[in-house]
Amino acid sequence: MIKVNRQGEVWVFAEQHDGKLEDISIEILGRAGELASKLGVKVAAAVLGENVAESAEKLIHFGADNIYLAEHPLLGYYQTCSYAKILCEMINKYQPQIVLYGASPVGRDLAPRVASAAKAGLTADCTDLQIGDHEDKKSGQIHKNLLLQIRPAFGGNIIATIINYDRWPQMATVREGVMPMPLPNVGRKGKIIRHPVHLTHSDLPLEILREHKREKKVNLKTSRIIVAGGAGLGSRENFRLVWDLANCLGAAPGATRAAVDLGFIDRDHQIGQTGTTVRPSLYVAVGISGAIQHQAGMNASQKIIAVNSDPTAPIFNIAHYKIVGDLNVVVPMMIKAIKERA
Amino acid sequence: MAYNCVVLIKQVPDTKRITGEAMNADGTVNRAALPAIFNPEDLNALELAIQIKEKFGGTVTAITMGLPAAAKILRESLYRGADDAILLTDKRAAASDTLATSYILSCAIKKLKYDILLCGRQAIDGDTAQVGPQTAEKLGIPQITYVEQLIELNNQTIIVRRNTGAGWQEVKAQLPVLLTVMDDANEPRVGNAKRLMKYKDVLAPAEITPDSGIDIKELEKKGLLIKQWSLDDIGADLNWCGRDGSPTKVHRIQSVVLTAKESKTVEPNQAGITNMIHELIIDKTIS
Ligand SMILES: Cc1cc2nc3c(=O)[nH]c(=O)nc-3n(C[C@H](O)[C@H](O)[C@H](O)COP(=O)(O)OP(=O)(O)OC[C@H]3O[C@@H](n4cnc5c(N)ncnc54)[C@H](O)[C@@H]3O)c2cc1C
Repeated sequence: MIKVNRQGEVWVFAEQHDGKLEDISIEILGRAGELASKLGVKVAAAVLGENVAESAEKLIHFGADNIYLAEHPLLGYYQTCSYAKILCEMINKYQPQIVLYGASPVGRDLAPRVASAAKAGLTADCTDLQIGDHEDKKSGQIHKNLLLQIRPAFGGNIIATIINYDRWPQMATVREGVMPMPLPNVGRKGKIIRHPVHLTHSDLPLEILREHKREKKVNLKTSRIIVAGGAGLGSRENFRLVWDLANCLGAAPGATRAAVDLGFIDRDHQIGQTGTTVRPSLYVAVGISGAIQHQAGMNASQKIIAVNSDPTAPIFNIAHYKIVGDLNVVVPMMIKAIKERA
Repeated sequence: MAYNCVVLIKQVPDTKRITGEAMNADGTVNRAALPAIFNPEDLNALELAIQIKEKFGGTVTAITMGLPAAAKILRESLYRGADDAILLTDKRAAASDTLATSYILSCAIKKLKYDILLCGRQAIDGDTAQVGPQTAEKLGIPQITYVEQLIELNNQTIIVRRNTGAGWQEVKAQLPVLLTVMDDANEPRVGNAKRLMKYKDVLAPAEITPDSGIDIKELEKKGLLIKQWSLDDIGADLNWCGRDGSPTKVHRIQSVVLTAKESKTVEPNQAGITNMIHELIIDKTIS
């Protein structure tokens, strides 16, 4: 735990695999920069790995003022204990006021370990971060300029804002896809500060015997248009309608968890709280009821078309174009209209 | 070689079953109206522990921190195959965040003999996935998160397959270790009828009111009393427990309000749909 430190920087743990930076880290860096400028402090990234100096440069282009770089052969592979040890050392030395991580499998494995060792607070899976004041109802004391850590809770049914006013750094993991990517500026200059690494084999208690990487079947996050199907499609065969509509729109096919669980389509296509979060220009929801957990992953879409036979389906509450009707009739009409216009 | 497994379990409101009755007039969730259930992935952790016991011998101890009512999931653990159950309950532990919770759990676990600690990947009320890793850190042992399969257990080494999000990894570690278990690791068994008969009268002291006529001593003699520990029993430092021990505090809670946006109703006929597509082409949503 470090003391409240108003001069402290805003940090992002920059996740990389084999020297390639993860998008989530860049997304967070964009927001971290905004938070830092509100606080009048610098924004920095902590980079751990082997041969990662190139990632460090890239992070500067995306907005980092300072890079804290720990390079060592034993950091080549991510391991909880070694990464937590080095990151804790860095935090103790440089005393950042905020440390942000992606809510990725690595971020969610690492951040709690660091929080426990640092005896600091941690909020999981934030969908928004802001700076604001907090009044302690009991003492009447006002804590100014805290990190407001905003996240869905209770299965997505409530939105909680969490703060930490005494045991810093203020730390949070952030959901992938909820913050827009900043644009790079290759002329940007920043400082690289090397952190000396001393690790022994006892800091690496796991031995990675084998690894299998699976290519994602679809990249939902970068698609401008998504056509998503739900349980209303009825069968894997009928899910073809979603693929057909997606094809003629140049869109990526998405799905609800119900559709995935029913075997209509692969899990990589799932959108929502436990799937991918997307913010396309156009989202077409076909045979989707619009459960809160699904909405959590798509309600930031710029335009939403909903096709559902039930006029009371919650998806209609957030749709810009509401089509109450049988998808088996409506979707072919959409395909026809697009083909005729194009 | 036999292994002592300790499973960390939690009773949670069933957030999957939020229906009309569970919503207050102002749109907030009425937690009291939701049934309290065994956190689903904790059942997968318990199942893995029981499978280890069946294959290699040893013991399974289930431990939970919560209100006296949480004794219910301890009984369910006994029905399924746990040998021992411990209820950590203390008013001063209320409002603990994940850091304080893991501190309290680690104090209790230090009193136990263990080779493998198991917990579910995450609980469905908070979805934080933090208490497992934080407990491992407090105990100074390694963690292996997102476990989907036990591959080998041999003397003091364990090999498991973990999900990395982008595929999987097989990792090896020396015991003791903490595993967080995913829902696709196994199919949790239901309670066994014989065990149910044996343990159905098991109670935790906190569940027994003075006027119930139940003799605690008698229950204990029959082996039907759940172990119950307070913060004093586990030697916890109160500065690290409950609200005072929790760095994170709630600033605000809002219910999810569905935003009524500018919207159009489109007739489900070719003319209506062609019109809509045309509009989307004009405003360059569709190119
Ligand atoms: C912890 C948790 C996490 C979750 N995470 C996610 C997640 O990440 N993503 C997700 O999607 N869900 C998630 N869910 C599940 C979610 O609660 C819903 O169960 C799911 O989104 C429902 O999917 P659906 O809309 O396809 O199915 P349903 O709710 O069954 O809806 C089907 C819809 O199709 C309509 N329909 C049927 N036939 C036709 C027809 N012929 N023409 C037109 N319309 C028709 C029906 O009117 C209905 O509205 C999660 C749940 C929990 C508890």
